[in-house]
Amino acid sequence: MAGRAQPVSAYPGISAALLVAALILGTLGAVALRAEAGTGFGASDWAALRFTLTQASLSALLSVGLAVPVARALARRRFPGRSLLIALLGAPFILPVIVAILGLLAVFGRAGWLSSLLSLFGLEPVQIYGLHGVVLAHVFFNLPLATRLILQGWQEIPAERFRLAAQLDAGPLAMWRLLEGPMLRRVAPGALAVVFAICLSSFAVALTLGGGPRATTIELAIYQAFRFDFDLGRAALLSGLQLVLTGAAALVALRVSAGEGFGAGLDRAVQRWDGRTALARGLDGVWIVLSAAFLLLPLAAIVLAGLPGLAGLKGSVWQAAGNSILVAMLSTVILLMLALPMAAAAAAGRSGITELSGILGLAASPLVIGTGLFILIYPIADPFALALPVTALVNAVMALPFAMRILVPRAREVLGRYGRLSLSLDMQGWAFVRRVYLPRMRAQTGFAAGLAVALSMGDLGVVALFADPDFATLPLQIYRLMGAYRMEAAAGAALLLLMLSMGAFWILDRGGRWHAEA
Amino acid sequence: MKHLAFAAGLLGASAAFAETPELTVYTYDSFVSDWGPGPAVEKAFEEVCGCDLKLVGAGDGAALLARVKLEGERSDADVVLGLDTNLTAAAKETGLFADHSVSADYALPVAWDDATFVPYDWGYFAFVHNADAAAPADFKALAASDKKIVIQDPRSSTPGLGLLLWVKAAYGDEAPEIWKGLSDNVVTVTKGWSEAYGMFLEGEADMVLSYTTSPAYHLIAEEDGSKAAAAFDEGHYMQVEVAGKLANTDQPELADQFLAFMVSDAFQSIIPTTNWMYPAVTPAAGLPEGFGTLIAPEKSLLLSETEAAEVRDAALGEWLDALSQ
Repeated sequence: MAGRAQPVSAYPGISAALLVAALILGTLGAVALRAEAGTGFGASDWAALRFTLTQASLSALLSVGLAVPVARALARRRFPGRSLLIALLGAPFILPVIVAILGLLAVFGRAGWLSSLLSLFGLEPVQIYGLHGVVLAHVFFNLPLATRLILQGWQEIPAERFRLAAQLDAGPLAMWRLLEGPMLRRVAPGALAVVFAICLSSFAVALTLGGGPRATTIELAIYQAFRFDFDLGRAALLSGLQLVLTGAAALVALRVSAGEGFGAGLDRAVQRWDGRTALARGLDGVWIVLSAAFLLLPLAAIVLAGLPGLAGLKGSVWQAAGNSILVAMLSTVILLMLALPMAAAAAAGRSGITELSGILGLAASPLVIGTGLFILIYPIADPFALALPVTALVNAVMALPFAMRILVPRAREVLGRYGRLSLSLDMQGWAFVRRVYLPRMRAQTGFAAGLAVALSMGDLGVVALFADPDFATLPLQIYRLMGAYRMEAAAGAALLLLMLSMGAFWILDRGGRWHAEA
Repeated sequence: MKHLAFAAGLLGASAAFAETPELTVYTYDSFVSDWGPGPAVEKAFEEVCGCDLKLVGAGDGAALLARVKLEGERSDADVVLGLDTNLTAAAKETGLFADHSVSADYALPVAWDDATFVPYDWGYFAFVHNADAAAPADFKALAASDKKIVIQDPRSSTPGLGLLLWVKAAYGDEAPEIWKGLSDNVVTVTKGWSEAYGMFLEGEADMVLSYTTSPAYHLIAEEDGSKAAAAFDEGHYMQVEVAGKLANTDQPELADQFLAFMVSDAFQSIIPTTNWMYPAVTPAAGLPEGFGTLIAPEKSLLLSETEAAEVRDAALGEWLDALSQ
């Protein structure tokens, strides 16, 4: 697609991409420059690298592998509560790690529901700690995201294609070969790369459910370099390694996922004639029920644990909730201002740099970004005064990779379908953006904004380094409550966070698809 | 009132406002939370100092030190409160801290003689368990039992580092053996105290590494006597929490006043039921009811700050070796 005249300029997007890359690489550089002679790379770092790669690969393969049948089932079925279910599926993704772990343990732990059920039959409790526990938790976090990304792929196949295929009497196999297979080849590598990158930088989950120091990830090694050794050089080195790994995964994924879309349709509701058999219905039902149980039971545990504490929440928790909402809204606005031009630039043929710098946000360690920003900002301004904008900016960059995966395929289609027509009508620049690009991107923009707002609300990340005494976000407040033994109040605050994030996600996602096919 | 003062400042009548000096104290997060000592300490100190006390939370003890190192000589902080003796050697090495002139009648189980840092509270690490279950009486018995424990990673949390030094202080060169024995008791290792304690309360483990004072919280604040700390015969490692004045403070007198206030009755009587630790100086009214029910270890273990700094890396290596098998 590169080289063809496009109705939108790629430069705003490229500028945004450069800004993001400068932020991530600049902070890393700032940390490296402040470093004194460090210890360099040790044997334990290689072990951490191996473990990180193993668990991230397994987690990505399983998350995306399971997401394919689940997304297919969701794409083919219409049932009451479907959109609510899809929104709820997003929930695990945005929870503070500690809350999600406690939710998972309530179901799969040694004293959890599953173990209690097994003991009724005289069976041993499930053993959740180990590599399989790490992968289980990562699938819990990422299956919903992978499902949404792939579901979107399904919904981007124009309804006319399915109609045509059905008229030509294509069976399920032919349907798969002609429509679904090619779609997956485009969408799945991106989803794999995103999940892989998310799991690369995980550490609290990996450590806790991994069962001990065997489950050391690069991110924990970065943490150790900071906290245990205060070895900034090693932290920067490890962080650089993490960036290279993610960048490599992203490049592979982008190369594999290149390919043309399905062309234009009339945005009619998708109808699937091949899914009408009893067998197909049954299979789809099983997938939907199983995935819903897997994702919703731990959420139910969080809700049950939080209800008693919810009523007694003190003013400071509500204030923290207000701060979180503020950060999340600001962060979402920043995200859209970065991501929409970047998606347009990627679609206009400048995909390399924009998509790559978009995905870097996943690989950057919040600890390194936070420290780097601190080093950069400290000489010129008061870090406390900047807590709000800095947190919002970093959260936006962290959400950027997800937004790009959501926006870019659609932006390609919009430019592909309407680019030449618009050019022939001499509709370019802002007119094209306003009349064609933004309206056509509405559903995806809503989804991306919903994810960004939810992610930002649940993020602990950099705020810890910049936190003003009077400026706590809700996740930080949850940790403070737990630190003061207020477990019940913490559970209540966690439930509040869950409701706020879900509510915000639902409103934005729903808003984007208003009057569109649900 | 704050708003009024702010408005007055904006209107140009800032003379009175600017005369109120500000003392900035960096501390850990749970200290400044509504449920921690922060709000009460701020109120009590501002009543006597004629100043504005600004308490700033910055993660935990280790993060606090990292923060001060990052900011270096230009730090806005006047006082850093919340380091422990495992961190003080590194803190002194930065050359950022000044000596103090505070003396007090400390109620610490060990002699205290430190020119730079003033202790404000202390506690013993201990394994907390459900009171109705029998508990092992030392590390060897724990290793031999089938009790499941949750501990914290020394690389990311201060209690985790405390346990590492506890085993080292009690067993010295035998420490690797002890860790090998314990490895099948360790259900898992967490990033920080909150994760571990939450998992213990969820029933994931029989015991969790915490403090001997943890049961006091449940007893006093929740009227729940179901938690107890296991008394270990080899002694309990102590955590002494300290504060120090930064050499480059622009409020040296106020900082000295704060350190002296810190060991006074007004501050010390706030500590037990907000920070859930033992006060460094016993308040005139004594310890709150409920603290009397806590176990009192016969032997207090504490490596000196230089010893702690020396054995730290080797002890981490042994710990990693034993638990990575």
